[in-house]
Amino acid sequence: MSSTLTPAPGAAPLPAMVRAQAAYEVRALLRNGEQLLLTLVIPVVLLLLFGATSLLDLGPGRRVDFLTPGIIALAIMSTAFTGQAIGTGFERRYGVLKRLGATPLPRSGLIMAKTISVIAVEILQVGAVVAVASALGWRPHGNPASVAFLVLLGTAAFSGLGLLLAGTLRAEATLAAANLVYVLFLVLGGVVFPLSEFPGAVASALGLLPISALADGLRQVLQHGAALPGKDIAVLAVWSVAGPALAARFFRWE
Amino acid sequence: MAPPARRVDAAVELDGLVKRYGTTMAVDGLTFHAARGEVTALLGPNGAGKTTTVEICAGFRRADAGTARVLGRDPADRALRARVGVMSQSGGVPVSARAGEFLRLVAALYADPVDPAALLDRLGLTEHARTPYKRLSGGQRQRLSLAAAIVGRPELVFLDEPTTGLDPQARHATWALIEELRAAGVAVVLTTHHMDEAERLADQVYIVDRGRVVAYGTPRELTGAERQLRFRARSGLGLDELLAALPPGSAAKESPAGYYLIEGEIRPELLATVTAWCASHGVLTEDLRIERRTLEDVFLELTGRELRP
Repeated sequence: MSSTLTPAPGAAPLPAMVRAQAAYEVRALLRNGEQLLLTLVIPVVLLLLFGATSLLDLGPGRRVDFLTPGIIALAIMSTAFTGQAIGTGFERRYGVLKRLGATPLPRSGLIMAKTISVIAVEILQVGAVVAVASALGWRPHGNPASVAFLVLLGTAAFSGLGLLLAGTLRAEATLAAANLVYVLFLVLGGVVFPLSEFPGAVASALGLLPISALADGLRQVLQHGAALPGKDIAVLAVWSVAGPALAARFFRWE
Repeated sequence: MAPPARRVDAAVELDGLVKRYGTTMAVDGLTFHAARGEVTALLGPNGAGKTTTVEICAGFRRADAGTARVLGRDPADRALRARVGVMSQSGGVPVSARAGEFLRLVAALYADPVDPAALLDRLGLTEHARTPYKRLSGGQRQRLSLAAAIVGRPELVFLDEPTTGLDPQARHATWALIEELRAAGVAVVLTTHHMDEAERLADQVYIVDRGRVVAYGTPRELTGAERQLRFRARSGLGLDELLAALPPGSAAKESPAGYYLIEGEIRPELLATVTAWCASHGVLTEDLRIERRTLEDVFLELTGRELRP
């Protein structure tokens, strides 16, 4: 590094740019108190609350085996969708995206960095949830690769939907909408309340939500040892294509 | 007015640039050139189209008509991003980012950046390196934006009102940095509505009003060789009578009350005539001085004195 201002223009190599931006994004996500509440505190508290007590009728089987996959799905949604929508919405509002557009970091590099940071935070979240669940006596089944595949599809779907909100609505509207969707999906998406509690037709419709497909898919694998839950994967696959495609089509950078 | 002559070493060439927002003409046929190793100032009142012009050059917006070349390329060309630094008024720094953290992040996007710590130090930001952007003062934010615009060692920088809101110390630190950029061969384009800034820093000044260039040249060319005579005296002197005693082509006015300005060819005889006329009317002149026109005089002459909404 130099201390002279003599021109020596040039972009850093793309991997170095993406690494720097991703490291910054992770720090920004972890520094934000409200985000941490959403991404870590709420999932862990829900797991403890409903896992260790019998406040909720979770149907047959051990409570923690039902709850943990749903809580993992909630954690994925909170980071990929809610956190990303709110963070990016305010970045857009404060001209951060426009400012970054004046640097050598291409938009594809920014998207890569955001994706890496989301996955990094998800690893932390899943680690915390698994630790708490294990303490409650959780014993998962199934193939870890199936779990990873479901999580990746869910991440793509929720990231696309989060960026769609962030790139089309005002920042305040994004904040409100992202939090509202979080709460609705938490209640209606089979996260902690089994979909079987709803009337049949409603349950089938709710089953098409990305959160329900992710929660149910994870449950099929982790609770019941399924190899690849076909219907859930099909639903998630549609969302994971539609979300990013809609975001790419409608996202406005400023 | 005739467009400026084409320059071989032009870093920025704008010809007949037009940008409309709805029915408003933000930029209305603007032509200007900026050279490497020079400071080029776009001087104009608020709403003159300066920021829009910079945003077109930075690739943030596209012009509706006219041509824009930046380092010989279309401003939208991504290859320019590594070569051009932009300091915009909106900042664009994440509110929770710490000053040092943000500058290190921007530096990491370039191949051979300036040491961010050294740059923070030069701009008096070292003790705020760990302060989140949202808690920086307006002047500190400005300096951080400036640092981010130049940390990648660009060939060309656009600085949109770089010293607005700065205290005198920070202003001088910024000016010194801009002069150093020029000495290093960087093409500096800055917008300002501070006459003293343009007069002090700029090699070329373009006076912009209502989206057009109304005058351009070196500060010296713009202010011209014309001198003027100013003095203070009791208000309400009979200026018509005084003017009759002066050479033809002279002008005299009182504005505000008690402040007098004589324009024209200021020669020793004229000075003697004015003081003799005052003496014969029992008027004591104070603060009598002969001065060159300032850029502010030229600016107000060209852009009018009425307040803009």
